[in-house]
Amino acid sequence: MTTALAPKRGGAKPRRTAAFRAPLTGIGLSGQVAFWALVAIALLALLGPLFVQTDPNAVDLDYAYAPMSPWFPLGADASGRDILTRLIVGSRTALLGPLLVVTIATVLGTLIGLAAVWFGGWVDAVAVRVIDAIFAFPGILLAILATALFGSGLPAAVIALSIAYMPYIARVVRSAALRERNLPYISALRVQGRGGFAISARHILPNVSGLIVANATLCFGWALIDLAALSFIGFGVQPPTADWGAMVGSGMAGILQQAPNEALAASALIVITVAAVNTLGDRLVQRSENRA
Amino acid sequence: MSPLLSVEDLTVELRVGDEMRTVLKNVSFSVEAGRTVGLVGESGSGKSMTVRSVNRLLPDGAKTSGSIRFEDREVLDLRGEALRSYRASDVAMIFQDARAHTNPVRRIGDFLTESLILNGRVGRKQATATASELLEAVGIHDAERRLRQHPHELSGGLLQRVMIAAAVAARPKLILADEPTTALDVTTQAEVMAILMRMQREYGMAMLFITHDLELAGSVCDETVVLYAGEVVESQRAEQLHRDPLHPYTAALVQARPDIRQRAERLSAVPGHPTTAYEAPEGCAFAPRCRFAQDRCRTGTPQLVRLGTASEAGPGGTGLSRCVRAEELRGRLLSPDTTDTEEARR
Repeated sequence: MTTALAPKRGGAKPRRTAAFRAPLTGIGLSGQVAFWALVAIALLALLGPLFVQTDPNAVDLDYAYAPMSPWFPLGADASGRDILTRLIVGSRTALLGPLLVVTIATVLGTLIGLAAVWFGGWVDAVAVRVIDAIFAFPGILLAILATALFGSGLPAAVIALSIAYMPYIARVVRSAALRERNLPYISALRVQGRGGFAISARHILPNVSGLIVANATLCFGWALIDLAALSFIGFGVQPPTADWGAMVGSGMAGILQQAPNEALAASALIVITVAAVNTLGDRLVQRSENRA
Repeated sequence: MSPLLSVEDLTVELRVGDEMRTVLKNVSFSVEAGRTVGLVGESGSGKSMTVRSVNRLLPDGAKTSGSIRFEDREVLDLRGEALRSYRASDVAMIFQDARAHTNPVRRIGDFLTESLILNGRVGRKQATATASELLEAVGIHDAERRLRQHPHELSGGLLQRVMIAAAVAARPKLILADEPTTALDVTTQAEVMAILMRMQREYGMAMLFITHDLELAGSVCDETVVLYAGEVVESQRAEQLHRDPLHPYTAALVQARPDIRQRAERLSAVPGHPTTAYEAPEGCAFAPRCRFAQDRCRTGTPQLVRLGTASEAGPGGTGLSRCVRAEELRGRLLSPDTTDTEEARR
């Protein structure tokens, strides 16, 4: 039997570490760039609106499609509203939606995945069938259905997308927890008389948390696109509230009027955010798979 | 007084694909409070399955019959909370591979205190103090530092001591030790064994000790049960076992030990290969490998017979042997050149 040489405290990396303990190691340069880009975007959404002087919803038709100028750094939209202001204020709506979706989907998915693994048997069978059934519906379709039932707006879209994204997390958690559950240390805990809940919550969950964080990150990117798309077709965020997806939709008309700034700037922010989130998510997934 | 643990007619079948395979056949033995019983046998003989039945850790879909009684409870019928408290406070288990049986990302301190806090209902501070005392008791002196370390920072021997500390933490009445020293090197083995036996004496615990080391079983156990192909083939007082084996299989195991005082040109081995219960032939399962086998060994099912043991070790010991020729072969099993098969006689 190989007895590992006991290194000094802090000297060697533990075989697996939960992602939140060392968020920036082992994700490579692209992961680092993506991480800091997201920090910048998050700061923009958190702090930006505090410094905005102009009213994002103030209509002044004299300045419709105004070009870039010191007063309108990115120009004005069809109603003469400042595009930059609307982008900054809209970042909160644009990011809050996916954040809610990912939070709800992750909590639900993790609970379902862990319960399926711990109880096994018919609970597992039912969970797997439900997951498969939800997978069969595209998220956008569920969201359109929800808006048909509950009316347009962010809450209906968020709830529908949370349900649509839950299976992604549940499936990943289930397979990772299943592998973890069959490791000998879990039987060692069982013969010490630990209950299923204590083992799932205190041992299995922390050991699969890296994978959960990584997949939640990926879901954030997809949810952002889906919510933007819903707002674009008018089912999501309702005017006059500023939102990136809604701005792409309302800026469409401007493209034909030689004033593409609104649609382009909003699209660019969506693309940058999603690209950064997906890169970071991919690197986190890679990292948890390497360590597992 | 009735024994602490008594296993009677335990039969276990495991599901392998579509068929059920027998791994234990009518195993019976008992462990008195404070005593040590050894389970010996080759790989696949059912040692681990016996222990896994006792702490109800058999794989999903296993079918058991017979009875396992612990004090006044039927272990095979325990469910839910009753099973949890039986595992938490009555039996403890020490595994062969301590490293695989600890969560690699949790600290030693968490490992030791978690069950104390969850089962013993003590505070974190009290639990940490108890944990350091336990580590001191198993001979780990810088307990404070060790409690903060992760399993990968400890050597195999140290980690096994931590496992022993965790096992005795709840003051169980019975310890199940599944080859606790097999993964350790010989000098560490001796230390760990000494600690385990000292803890057992101090806490007055009974132990069910699995090993394939006959010498170790002889020095540690009060009684040794020999398993072959899922059946008990012999059971008698441990110190008698290698001097006066009652079953040809035990005798073959005893003879397969190399002797440290002699240079062996060729290590002797039990001929053939170990069988598991489901592929055992009709008749005596050991017959194909037995140098005493006769035609009558290959038909019928040999029963355990009770034999008086040699009187030199004091009065009263009796042993059990599952051999139809046990009585007539008595005392000749270890003589080097007895070839007593039908073929040889012709």
